[in-house]
Amino acid sequence: MPTVNGMNPDLSVDAVDRSFGDRQVLKDVSFTVASGRLTGFVGANGAGKTTTMRIILGVLAADSGTVSWRGEPLGREIRQRFGYMPEERGLYPKMSVLDQIVYLGRLHGLDAATARRRTMALLERLELAERANDHVQKLSLGNQQRAQIAAALVHDPELLVLDEPFSGLDPLAVDNVVTVLRERAAAGAAVLFSSHQLDVVERLCDDLVIIADGTIRAAGDRSGLRDQYALPRYRIEVGGDAGWLRDQPGVTLIDLDGRHATFDLEPGFEDQPILRAALDRGPVHAFGPVRPSLAEIFREVIQ
Amino acid sequence: MTTFQAAQLVAAREIRTKLRDKAFLFGTVFFLVIMAASFLLPSMLNSGATKVAVTDSSTVSVLQAEGLEVRTVADTATAEQLVRDGDVDAAVLPGPEVIAKDDAPDEVVEALSTEPPVRLLEPSDVAPVLKVLVPIAFAMLFFFTSFSFGMQIAQSVVEEKQTRIVEILVASVPVRALLAGKVFALSVLAFAQVALLALVAVVGMSATDAAPGLVSAVLPAVGWFVPFFVLGFVMLAALWAGVGALASRQEELASTTVPVQMLVLIPFFLAISVPHDGMLMRILSYVPFSAPIAMPIRLFDGGVAAWEPVVSLILLAATAVALLVVGARVYTGSLLRTQVRTSLMAALKKA
Repeated sequence: MPTVNGMNPDLSVDAVDRSFGDRQVLKDVSFTVASGRLTGFVGANGAGKTTTMRIILGVLAADSGTVSWRGEPLGREIRQRFGYMPEERGLYPKMSVLDQIVYLGRLHGLDAATARRRTMALLERLELAERANDHVQKLSLGNQQRAQIAAALVHDPELLVLDEPFSGLDPLAVDNVVTVLRERAAAGAAVLFSSHQLDVVERLCDDLVIIADGTIRAAGDRSGLRDQYALPRYRIEVGGDAGWLRDQPGVTLIDLDGRHATFDLEPGFEDQPILRAALDRGPVHAFGPVRPSLAEIFREVIQ
Repeated sequence: MTTFQAAQLVAAREIRTKLRDKAFLFGTVFFLVIMAASFLLPSMLNSGATKVAVTDSSTVSVLQAEGLEVRTVADTATAEQLVRDGDVDAAVLPGPEVIAKDDAPDEVVEALSTEPPVRLLEPSDVAPVLKVLVPIAFAMLFFFTSFSFGMQIAQSVVEEKQTRIVEILVASVPVRALLAGKVFALSVLAFAQVALLALVAVVGMSATDAAPGLVSAVLPAVGWFVPFFVLGFVMLAALWAGVGALASRQEELASTTVPVQMLVLIPFFLAISVPHDGMLMRILSYVPFSAPIAMPIRLFDGGVAAWEPVVSLILLAATAVALLVVGARVYTGSLLRTQVRTSLMAALKKA
C-alpha cells in the first residue's frame, strides 16, 4: 500500500472493490490520508473519485475491502465526525442559510446552541453572515457554494471530504475556499479533495492520489512524487547557440530554441560532463534538472 | 447520536418547514372555513320562523303551537296582498284554504293536518339522511387525508433527491432515521389537521342545530374510526415515501406514485359504492387497504360483532408493519439514484 511520506495515516482505504452491475468501477483501491495535510485526489471524469468518496462517507458500500480511521473500521459514530461536500451540490432551497446549516450541524450531533454559534462564526468567516436569514434559492451561485462549504464544516470535522470543491467558483472564491481549507488542515483536520483542475491541485495539495480506470496509479507527497517521476531531463541556457548539444553522446534533444535547450540523458550518462562542455563553450546562465509538473506526472501514470 | 435522536431532528425540521409553508397553511385554513361554513351558513340563511297571515282567528292557536309567527288580518284580499308583497310566507283563508306565492308552505299544511300516529319497530337514533352522509364523510376524510398527506410525503422525499441534499443527509444520519422522521412528522400533521377539523365539526354541531343528535350518534363509531384511520394512514405513509424516492424530479411523481394512488382510490370507491350490508362490504372491512373506510361504516350502521373490528385492526396492523418494511426498502434502494427514475423492481432488488 502506498504510504504518505512516513506520516501516520489517519484514513486508510484498503483494497476496496466496487462494481455497478457488470461494470467494475473500483479495483483494489488503497491509499491513505493524513491529518493536518491537504490531499488532492486526481483523476479523469469517471475514474472513480466520487465512488471512492461515497464509500468513505458510507453513502455507498464497498463490495470488498475496508476503510478505517486511526485503525478503527468506519461506523456511523466515526463518520459523524466527518464533513462531506458532494459533487452534486444541494441544500434546501426554501430554508434559510442559517436554519439549514444549524440543522446539518445538529444531525452531526451538535446541540442547538453550539450549532448556532458555530454556524454564525463560519458564515462570518465565509463572508456570508449578512445573508444568513435569506433562503438559499435567493443567493447567487457563488454564495450558494459558500453555504455548501459551511454545511460541510459546521461540526468541525476531523476528516473533510470535498468532491470537486472548486468547480463553478470564480478565482476569488477559490482563494477564499483554499484559505479556509488550509486553516482547517493547520488546525489538524485531514482534508481529501478531488479535482480535475490540476493547476489548483498543484498549488494547494501536500499529498496526491492519482486514480485512473478505478485503480490507484500513484500516491504520495507531492515533491516525492515529482522526484519519483522525474525523467533524466535537463534544461540549459547558454550565451551562444545551444545546437552543439545535438552531437553530445547520450543526449536526446527535446527542444532547442537558440540559447535555450531541453534534453534527456540516456542511462549511464552524467549531467556534469555536459555542464563542463557547455562552460568550455562560453557562459552558462542556467542549468538544472526539469522536474515534471503534476500534469505531466498525471499523463504518464494514467497511461 | 442514536437513530431515534436523528429521526426526532428530521421530524422537527419537517414539521417546522410545513408550518411555515404557505400552501399548507392556506389548505388547512381553507378546509376549516369550509367546515365551519357548512354549519354556520344554514342557520344564518334561515330567516327565522315562518310568517303566516290568517283571517280566521280560530286557527291562530294551532299555528302558534307549531312555532309559526301568526298575524290576523281582516279579509282575504289583505291576506293575499301580504303574501304577494312577501310580508308573510303564507296565508290561511276560510275553507280552510292555504295560499302562498310560489312554494307550497309544507310547515303550514302540516300544522293544519291531522297525521296518523306512526310507530317504528326498530327506531334509529339517526336521521336517514345522516345514515347516508356520515359513512361518506368518514370515507372522504380518510381518502383525502391519506391522499393529500401521502403526496406531501412523496414530494418531500423527492425534494431532497432533486436538490441533492439527500447525499449530505445520508452521509450524516441512517436512512431509516430520515424515513422514520419524515413519516412521523407528516402523520402528526395529518392527525392534527383532522383533529382540528373534527373539533370545528363538533363545536359547529353543538352550537347550531344543523344536525341535531349527530354528535352523540357518531361518537361511538368515531372511537373505532380513530385507530383504523391512524393505522391505515401509517400503513401507506412509508409506501408513499418509497414511491416518492423512485422519482428523480417532481414531474415524475405523477407516474411513480400511481401504484399507491390506486391502493387509496380503488378501496375508497369500492367501500362507498357497494351495499353496506352485503358480503362484499364484509370482505372489504377485513382487507387492510379498505378496512379503514369499510369497517367504521359497518360499525356506524350497527350489527357488527365485537370481535370483528379487533380482527380487522390486527390484520391492518400486521400489514402496516410489512408495508413499512417494503416502503423502507424501496426508499433505501432508490434514494441515491438521483439521475434517473428508478424502477420499483430495481429499488427492491438493491439491498
